[in-house]
Amino acid sequence: MSGEAILSVSKLSKSFGGLRALVDVSFEVKRGEIFGIIGPNGSGKTTLINCITGFLKPDGGKVYFKEKDITGLKPHKISQMGIARTFQIMRPYYSLPAYKNLIIPLWSPRAKRLGGWRGGGRHGDRDTVAVDILEEIGFERDSRVPYKLASTLPTGYQKRLELARCIALRPEIIFCDEVFSGLSMSEVAGMIPLIEKMKMEGITLIMVEHRLRELFKVADRVMALNFGEKIAEGDPREVIEDRRVREAYLGREGV
Amino acid sequence: MEQLRKERVDRSLKVRTEGLYAISSIEEILYLIGPRLLFVAGILLLPLIFEAAPYWKRVVNVMCAYALVAISFDFLSNFVGLVCLGGALFTGVGGYFTAIYNRYFSFPIYLSIPLATLSGALFCTLVLLPALPLRGVYFAIITLMYPLLFSRIIEALNVLGGTNGITGIESFPDPYIEHYAIILPMLFFLFATRRFVNEDIGLVFRGVKDNDQAVRASGINVTLIKVYAVFIASLMGCFSGAYIAHMYMWAGLSLFALDFSVIPIASTVIGGGGTLIGPVIGSFILVPLSEILRAAGTLRIVIYCVVLTLFIILKSEGLMIYLQRKYHQFERWVKV
Ligand SMILES: Nc1ncnc2c1ncn2[C@@H]1O[C@H](COP(=O)(O)OP(=O)(O)O)[C@@H](O)[C@H]1O
Ligand SMILES: [Mg+2]
Repeated sequence: MSGEAILSVSKLSKSFGGLRALVDVSFEVKRGEIFGIIGPNGSGKTTLINCITGFLKPDGGKVYFKEKDITGLKPHKISQMGIARTFQIMRPYYSLPAYKNLIIPLWSPRAKRLGGWRGGGRHGDRDTVAVDILEEIGFERDSRVPYKLASTLPTGYQKRLELARCIALRPEIIFCDEVFSGLSMSEVAGMIPLIEKMKMEGITLIMVEHRLRELFKVADRVMALNFGEKIAEGDPREVIEDRRVREAYLGREGV
Repeated sequence: MEQLRKERVDRSLKVRTEGLYAISSIEEILYLIGPRLLFVAGILLLPLIFEAAPYWKRVVNVMCAYALVAISFDFLSNFVGLVCLGGALFTGVGGYFTAIYNRYFSFPIYLSIPLATLSGALFCTLVLLPALPLRGVYFAIITLMYPLLFSRIIEALNVLGGTNGITGIESFPDPYIEHYAIILPMLFFLFATRRFVNEDIGLVFRGVKDNDQAVRASGINVTLIKVYAVFIASLMGCFSGAYIAHMYMWAGLSLFALDFSVIPIASTVIGGGGTLIGPVIGSFILVPLSEILRAAGTLRIVIYCVVLTLFIILKSEGLMIYLQRKYHQFERWVKV
């Protein structure tokens, strides 16, 4: 398995004062799969993403991306290598129109190097490429939505914008931090084809979710965290049957 | 009883274009560039207008020098999210650098000003470097302290002329050169920064203000962007300081005075932050006002404060934003 692992995390740990938010978490993600991370609130999912993507320095453990040690690198270095992430607390660039939000990732060295979306070309006009990406992700081109101020967009579109910002970077891995939360059932149903399309394009997706039903529709494998510890990993159906996972969820709020 | 409500309607051209101008007639061209043209022409003509009032001619120069510092404050705070309370750091460093070049190395004025602008901006960027990772109020406090620090150092060590300052700096050869040596660069920086913030790279700067974490996650080194931004802002401030030093033929501790930090901020508030032109308008109101208030002696600060407070309460959005709205929309009363 290690040969095809695109991301490999070993014994990652992080404490905030006395609180142990991550305790020796190890796992591997294979290229091209959708890997789910579940766990009750406060179980350390966001902290795990922050430690891998460089937004927090782990206290111990290692992170390897394509067999390269990336532990503790600066966030912009890590995203330059091709690891994108969304933020659980969405904050688009409020003062800019939606499509201008994508100019920022498109301006980064990585996007410049890899050219625009759909062969938009090295010198492809960034505005055009940005609107193309928004269209891919479900902003109707002919509506005025791509040109609206990001702050005026409804939640569903803001979540999509968050994903679009990742895609613009042409990443190999995208960490999605609860992209389904706050969405209605039908909005989630609209997002699922997008997720599958990204997988088809060869992007490895690591999806942190609180909502299990929707995640299990798309995930190939999942891992469960509780109090910062990994308590289960494997096929989604097996994990949900796991006694410790059921306890972690049912013990607090139920599935 | 019939109730009336004010309704705001966009003027037709604005509605049709929204940023992408599809211009079809001379009226529309005038509608768009008219105000800009008037503004530029007005400023260019200022020295001629004030030919009638010689005392005020210097005030025109001071106004423009403050305007430049105010633009640099507006740029940093509203487009990069760095609240810099240290306008006086820039003017002081620019002023002392040009004095050193001119007096100690005998560089002529047309070399010492550009050199002081560049090397001063480099120096300011370097000293602010450690503060750049800090956010919000911490950055603000450090920038506020630097001018104090430098003036105390100069005073305590009695270097660079100590409390007397460096005197005998070369003056401008001609009053008109003196006017346009500040008016033209001020207009240049004004339009250059306005242009810059709407370019793709400018959007990255604005992204740092809105959400620096997301910019980091987009593979961009935020600290480096802040370094560029501080350098651009210091260029404007240092030029202004170097200019003032040559105008008064003197670089003294007053170049590090709080005025250069506070008046530009007040100008930005009054003129409207985030517009870059607003701060210029603000300085054009505040600098003459404080000049008039000199007659009022110690009451000057009181009157100044009252005017500022009234402005903030009555027109908190700033003059420029208010004017823009009036220009692009008309209002009418409609029945509810
Ligand atoms: N920056 C921080 N400082 C202190 N405690 C934190 C910080 N970030 C997270 N925590 C704590 O770490 C635990 C895990 O949080 P988090 O990773 O956000 O959980 P999840 O994303 O699974 O809901 C929580 O108890 C939270 O309060
Ligand atoms: Mg979380």
